[in-house]
Order: sequence, then C-alpha cells, then structure tokens
Amino acid sequence: MTATRPANLRAPPVRARGGDWVDDTRPIAVSFDGRAYTGLAGDTLASALLANGVRVVGRSLKYHRPRGILSAGFEEPNALVQLGKGAHSEPNALATRVEIYDGMTATSVNRWPSLSHDVFAAFGLLARFMPAGFYYKTFLGSRVLWDRLYEPFLRRMAGFGRAPVGADPENYDQRHLQCDVLVVGGGVAGLASARAACASGARVVLIEDNPELAAGLAASPAKEWIDVAIGVVKQDATVLTRTTVFGAYDAGYFAALQRASDHLPQEARAGVRQRLWLIRAKQVVLATGAIERPLVFPNNDRPGVYLAGAARAYLDRFGVLVGRNVVAFTNNDETYATVIALKKAGAAIAAIVDVRANLTGGAVALAKHEGIRVLEGYVVVDVRGRSAVRGVTIAALDGGRREKIACDALLMSGGWSPAVHLFSQQGGKLIYDPGMAAFVPDRRPADPWCAGALCGETGVDAAITGGWRAGSSAATALGKPAPRGLTAELPDEPKGDAPLAFWRVPVAPSAERKCFIDFQNDSTLADVSLAVREGFTHPEHVKRYTLTGFGTDQGKTGNINALGNIAERTGGDLARLAPTTFRPPFLPVTFGALAGREKGALLDPVRVTALHDWHVAAGAAFENVGQWKRPWYYPKDGETLDQAVTRECLAVRNNVGILDASTLGKIEIVGADAAAFLNRVYTNAWSKLGVGRSRYGLMCREDGMLFDDGTTTRLAPDRFLMTTTTGNAAAVLDWLEEWLQTEWPDLKVYCTSVTDHWSTIALAGPRAREVLQCLAPGTALDAENFPFMSYQEVVVAGVAARVFRISFTGELSFEINVPWHDARHVWEAAITAGAAFGITPYGTEAMHVLRAEKGYPIIGQDTDGTVTPLDLGMAWAVSTKKDFLGKRSLARPDTARPDRKQFVGLLTSDPSRVIPEGAQIVSESNIADVRLPQSSPVPMEGHVTSSYFSAVLGRSIALALVRDGFRRTGETVYAVADGHAIAARIGPTVFYDPDGTRRDG
Amino acid sequence: MLLIDCPHCGPRDETEFHAGGEAHIARPEKAAELTDAQWADYLFMRSNTKGWFAERWVHAAGCRRWFNVERHTVTHEIRRTYPMAGAPTEPEEGP
Repeated sequence: MTATRPANLRAPPVRARGGDWVDDTRPIAVSFDGRAYTGLAGDTLASALLANGVRVVGRSLKYHRPRGILSAGFEEPNALVQLGKGAHSEPNALATRVEIYDGMTATSVNRWPSLSHDVFAAFGLLARFMPAGFYYKTFLGSRVLWDRLYEPFLRRMAGFGRAPVGADPENYDQRHLQCDVLVVGGGVAGLASARAACASGARVVLIEDNPELAAGLAASPAKEWIDVAIGVVKQDATVLTRTTVFGAYDAGYFAALQRASDHLPQEARAGVRQRLWLIRAKQVVLATGAIERPLVFPNNDRPGVYLAGAARAYLDRFGVLVGRNVVAFTNNDETYATVIALKKAGAAIAAIVDVRANLTGGAVALAKHEGIRVLEGYVVVDVRGRSAVRGVTIAALDGGRREKIACDALLMSGGWSPAVHLFSQQGGKLIYDPGMAAFVPDRRPADPWCAGALCGETGVDAAITGGWRAGSSAATALGKPAPRGLTAELPDEPKGDAPLAFWRVPVAPSAERKCFIDFQNDSTLADVSLAVREGFTHPEHVKRYTLTGFGTDQGKTGNINALGNIAERTGGDLARLAPTTFRPPFLPVTFGALAGREKGALLDPVRVTALHDWHVAAGAAFENVGQWKRPWYYPKDGETLDQAVTRECLAVRNNVGILDASTLGKIEIVGADAAAFLNRVYTNAWSKLGVGRSRYGLMCREDGMLFDDGTTTRLAPDRFLMTTTTGNAAAVLDWLEEWLQTEWPDLKVYCTSVTDHWSTIALAGPRAREVLQCLAPGTALDAENFPFMSYQEVVVAGVAARVFRISFTGELSFEINVPWHDARHVWEAAITAGAAFGITPYGTEAMHVLRAEKGYPIIGQDTDGTVTPLDLGMAWAVSTKKDFLGKRSLARPDTARPDRKQFVGLLTSDPSRVIPEGAQIVSESNIADVRLPQSSPVPMEGHVTSSYFSAVLGRSIALALVRDGFRRTGETVYAVADGHAIAARIGPTVFYDPDGTRRDG
Repeated sequence: MLLIDCPHCGPRDETEFHAGGEAHIARPEKAAELTDAQWADYLFMRSNTKGWFAERWVHAAGCRRWFNVERHTVTHEIRRTYPMAGAPTEPEEGP
C-alpha cells in the first residue's frame, strides 16, 4: 500500500520528548498493515502509530468511514486490530492497550482491499438510506433473498476481526486469592486506599489495568507522596498490574484477567500467556476512575479528533504530541490543563472552544494568561478533512458568528463518566449527579467502598484524601485498627468552573447523520432521534434499535451521550432514565483464560478400570460412559464394528463371553433399617429377601418416572449391595443420601460407594459354569446349589470373591466381584482357563445387543424421564401393598392413562433393515402424508429407543416407545428416518428365548 | 459466587454445593389419602419468594451433608445456615 498511501497520513504527531513509560534508548520494530514502523519500548501500538504519523487505523462498521485513534485506554471504540497470525492470531485487540514488542505484526480490520481504498466506503454516501432498523426493515422482507443474497454478502462485509485458525497453542492459568481488602484501580485514589488498608494491617490486593501504578502522574505536584506510596504498597500488598477486574459477583467474588506475557515477543513468552485470578475479598474498594466522553457534533469521528484526556496521556506517558496546531472543544475545566501541557510541549493552540459562557475560574484564567484564545459560548459545528483533520468550523451558541479555524488535531471533552461498571455489576444503584453531569454510585451500607474519580473526587488532592478514607473504612470494618493519619502536604488546587451538561451541538436534522454517538456501531444522533420518533424511548429499547452500546467496547464512550439525547428528545429528565444494565465482562476475555488448564486431557477426569491396560493390549476400541472408558468392542484382524459385535454376540450365545463390568455403580447399604429403607426407594418389596439372594429393583422419582434400576443383594441381615447403571452411580447415591438426611433421619442406615473397591468380571454363556469351575474347583456351581439370583462367597483363582448369579444376557452367567487390585489376576486366569471353551471378551456394544435380544431396557436410553415402570410393562416389579417413592404419582390421571407411550418390540418387514435409533414412528393411516414433500405435520406415535442387527436371530430388532403400544400388538407402523419410512410390526420386547430356558445353562 | 457457611465445614465457595430447592416441605405421610390436587401441590408447587427464602443445600464436594440456608432472593445475601432439623426464622410482622 506504499504507493497509494495518501500524503495526509504523514500527519504531524511526533515524539516531542521522552514519556514516563517509554525508553528512548530502545527502539522497537513493528509492522502495521505490512508496513514497518519504529516505536519505543513501553509504547502501545497506538502511541507508536501516532508517533509515526499514522492517522487512519480502521474503517467503521456500517459506513466504512476512516477512523483514527480516539482514546488512550480500554474505552477505545475505533482502533481494533488483528494481532499476529494463524493460531496465535488475536482479533479485535485494542491498539490503545497493546504493548509493542519487536516483531509484532498487526493489521487493520473491516476494510477491503486496504485502509486507504476501501470498496465499501461507498456506504458512507448511502448513509441517509441506512437509518436505524435498516437491516431489519430491508433484508428480512424476502426470506429467499436473505438466504441466497443478503446474508452471504453481509457476512463478508460485517464484523471486525477474524477468529484465529486452529486450536489456541498458548497456555493459560487460573489462580485463587483471598484477601481482607481488594482495591480495584491503581490510580492515586486506589494507591491511597491500599496504603491506608495496609497501614491498618489488612491483607490487601491492589489491581491495576495499566503496566504501572498511578499512570501518567510523573508531573504531578504530589509525585513525592505517590512514589513513597508505591514503594510501601508494593512491599505490603499483593500488586497485580496489567490486570483487569472484569467481573464482580456475589459475596465479594471478583474475576480478573492478567496479561502475563502479552507484552513479550512470541518467542520470549515462557509459561502462561494470561492468568485468570478468582478473588474472594472481605471488603472492596473500587477506585476505577472515570471515562471521558466525546461531544456530539458533525464529523466528530474524523481521524485526528481525540478525547482531550487521551492527548494528555499520549504526551505524559509516551511523549507523543497528537498535533502541532490544536483546537480543543470542551465543557469542563480539565481540558485547560491538558491544552497548557500540550502548549508547553511545543504545540500551537489555535483555540479552546468552550460551550460554557461567563467563565471566571482559575483554569480559564490560567489559559488566558498563557495567551491561549478562549472562545466562550462557542461550539464546533463541523470538522474538515476526511482522513485527517484539517480544520474546524465554530459557531457561537447563540447563533451568532461562524469562523473556520485551521488545525491538525481536535481535542474534545464532554465531561467524565465515572466507571461504575463493577459497582453496578455488584447490584449497586446509580444516581444522576447534575453537578458532574454524570451517573455516580448511590452508595448504600452494603455496597463496596468507592474512591477517586468514580465518586467525583477529581484532582490528586481529593483522590488521595478520598482513597485514604475508603481504604481506612474498609480495614476498620473488619475490626482492624484505624491507620494513622494521612500526612501528605498537598497544594491547594484552584477553584474552577463547573462542567455543563451538554449532549449535542444543535444542528440541522440533516446534519445529525454525521454526529456520532457510538463510534464502533456507527450509531448517530439521527438514529437516536429516529428511534425516539418511532416510539422507542426506553434506553434499553433505543440500545437495541440503534445498536448503541453493543460491540467490543459496550458503549464505554457513547452510552451516556445516547441517554442525554434520549432525555432531550423525549423532554424527560435524565435523572429518571436508568442506564442500560452493566454485565460482566467489563472487557472481552479470551476463552483460553476461562478454560485455563481444564482442556484436552484435563477437561474432565478419566476413569479407567483395573483391567484397562489389558483391554488396551487386546486392541479394544473404547467408548466413554460417563467419565469411564469402557471397551466398546475388540476388533480382530481388521474386523469392522459390525463384524466384531457379531462374533462377540455369537460367542456368548454359543460358548462363553467375558465382560469387564467394573463400572457398574455399587453401593453398600448397611444398618438395622436397611431393608425398610430399600422398601421406600424401590418400587418392589425387600423385607422378605433372604440372605444370599438377589433381586431386580426399579427406582422412581416422586413424580413416578423411572430414575434407575439394578440388582440388589442381601449380603447379611443388615447389609445390602446395590448396583446401579454406570452413568447414574453418583446420582443414585446422592438420591439415597438426600432422603436419608432430609426426610428419614430416624432410619439407621449408612450408604457407602464401593464402585471402585470391587472389580466386576462377568462370565456369560452356556459354558460359563465350566470356566468358573476351573477357577473354583471345590465349589458346587450347579443350578441347585448356586441358583439364579443368588450370591456366594467363593475363592476364585485364589482370590476371595463375591460371586452373583445375575444375567444381563439371558445366558447362564456369573458376576465375579474381586478387590480392584486382584482383578487383573482373576481376569487373566479366566482367559487362560476359558481358552478351551472358546472364551471371548466382549464389549459394551455386544452387551447392548444381547440385552436388547432379551428386551432388557437401559434406563436413560429406552427411558427418558417420562416413562413409568408400568409404561415399561414391569407391573410385576411394582408393589401394590407398600408405599414407595413415586407410588402416589402412578395414580395421577395422566400417569394412569391407558394409552401412554409404552415399551414394545418392533420387527421390520425387511429383516435386513436396521432402523436408525431415535426414528419417529407414524401409524399406517398417516404414512401417505409423510411421503408428501411439504405435507402438514403428521401425528407422531412414538420413537425407536434401541435398534440392532441380531446375529443369533439373523435379523434386525428394535425397541420402541409407542402410544398405546401394549394394545397394538400385531399392528404395522412406520419408522421415519433419513427420508425413508420403514415398515415394522409391533410385538413383544423379548425377541430371544422368551421362556428363559437358557439362564441355567 | 455465593459464599456458603456450611454448618459442618465453615464458609466455602458455592461451587462446592448443590442447591436443593425450597426447604421445609415435608413429604405427606399418608400420600394415598391425598387428592390429586393435594399431591400435585406437594409435587410441583413451590413458592417464588421475593425476599428472604429458606432453601436446602448440600455440601456435595465437601461433607456431603444437607442443611438449610436463608438467602435473600434479590440481594443473594445469606443471613443464616442451619441443620436440616432446625426451624425457619419466623417472618417479621409487616407494617
């Protein structure tokens, strides 16, 4: 872009002298839009660009107007840049906050193909046709045009930065911190607060957004006091700089983001890039300062128009003069000190234009004494220069004379808005202060302490005094001794003139389109006027209609001007308008910092069984079940999932399979009232269950819906072992504890999770007994001595084991529980002994097929929280005699309805066709409608919950919940999925061995 | 984030706890004798209080014990925590 670069971009801002923050001896090379610039160590990207005469740094969102740097801090709406490249790239970084390092590459955003030649700038010419609400009114008129034309075009045009490509390679950290007093803001007031709190012996944390405390006050008359305070506080308190408190939450909880190494070159970044601090403070002092606001006048957004305070910051911190010939436009005294500072640094001051008349205070007198032309009762009515300010037109407010004044920079100040964001986030109320023309904290006893410019304590003297008072109050509220008196000799500051609330320069309606209120969203005075005309008079409505206050800056500079103009336009009282809600985060926060270390393998704990290494060595494919890794299937010789599952299923049906069932939830329920307790939580009866016997049970919530199922065994008169589904183990234990503690504390029962104490190895298949016999040679395992649904303590492969005759396959089955650390030994012994019988390890997929062949439901797959035990056809497991959790609900009219969705089996007409799980079911009479391309909705009769190809049956099987299903046996219905309607007949849920002849082998 | 004073463990971050809804709702002893409306009231209906509210919490990542909390639903201030068996604070007489 060198060849096309307009000459006026080489504008006057130059380095006047060394600033407080920069090191004159250390030049730093950076690249912006492919062009090399030299800054100084300590520069922000903004100050470096200004020092190099760069004026235009971006294009505006809607009209693509050239935009320059407005501010010197976090309130910046314009100077968004894309930093770095590839996975390290960061969108929407604020040039006014980014500290430069050697090799930094930054590019401007929202322009194409280049900053100086932007294709979309023509939108600026169309501004009068693009008022607030334009997008809604225009583009949503035609749905087809929106999908095919408008949206793809707008997406190319809209937005600022680009999301980085690839996973974030940086490291992020999180730390927790507790303190007595948290001081937010390391300006003079915050410093004084921290010093007072430290002096009373409190544990203090001081957080500052800038790299330095008391930024930019090197020239202050209180410099000596400040230097001493910085020394003391750095010694006595925890001081975090380059750190932004972005969220204030309940009970003194704050979140802060520390830019730990963003200021370092990529290769020099060791450890973490950013650190999230989570802070719990007993007392809080907010010293968050104030944000200067723009004035509203035509072309107030031109590059070269700066907030007055920013011009001061660039001079004091970085030694950069934003102009050689400056006009200032203000409504308050503080601009005068800035102008005088610029004059002393070598700038010519063309004029100070002050909306106020009849000024008598010291600030004005001093400026006049310096020979500066002060125009009282005047306003700026236009700014000349497109890519850089060339001059302004001023006019008397009373409509009198106009004058053109040449200048290369315009400073503006519409007064200061306290940075009430954190105060408000904590629930603090705001009140309009007419003297300051701003919303300030309306402090109540429970609110945080406030100090400094946040509560109108402007000037170093007032800030130190107010800060000390706040810090002292915070410490004494905790019972600390009051710190000894503040001893600072501070010069009196001259009495000044009060600021004047001034929300816009009066201009013709046609000129309102150029009066910008929200720079980032291109919202203008004309938009606010239109919103009010169309009836949107509440600030929250105006915000959404005009977009004022959205975006990365959240209206930090613009919101108050919008409010002021709403009040003027509606003839209302500004004091009665509530500012829009402040919510966290105060500034955008990188997702990486919120995730911290909890990513990749550390995102969630991984639980593995004692046999995990064996499964890995056997080549198992795994699936996640809750946090557990379970073998899904064991592919042999390049088998597919289907091939492996077929082999594993047939092995169980024909010979013997072995399953690692260790993840099943296991809870020991112990105590004199254990059986009574089970009676209350299970739907069936437990009192008469003999020692050494097992029973299947269902659990409901109080609404009668199924919650969990499992087999529970009586180990001793007062001791039961309950099993739960794998994913529900913790929830079941919580459920039991809740009832024991809250409703039935009189029951003598203790519950203990023993899930990872006992490893469970299931042997299933007609030859299971023969395998176990090899491992337990002396034990009688026949059906008479060791019947179905019973339990014995058996020595298996030399290990004392709990063996249960429980079956989830319908085959002869033994579940062997051994201590976790013995599991590998017993498993390998079973594999060895079973080799002669064709033992085959099988995974969860085969387990699911085998149980579906027998119609055993899986709670959570075949049920979904709307299914009762009766809906499953399990009335046999629901006691009619005793009360249990959920029982009364089973008699509620809706629950007792006969035509509820009920659990049935489905057999497809085409036996090779496997219905996709989740497919919706429609009845035969409606199927013609389904096939129509744009048919009206067809009643859904239910859905398919489980569906597999059964190898032993040589056909597909499915389980489903179907409306009135029990009575519809034999009916053909259609499962609709992927554009097909699959015919299937309703039948029983048990597909294989309905008479249970196989369970004893 | 709330700071909850577990009666057994002391003040801990909210993330260690699970909320358990409105407190002091006893399970009807003779559920079978209740009308459908009475049962539905126990099952589904909870007060939506603006102001001080007694609710149940469990110290899920700590002692695993249930207790009651009196929390202000507007300010989130917690004025009292007490064991399950404890009685709620009597509401103050309105003006």
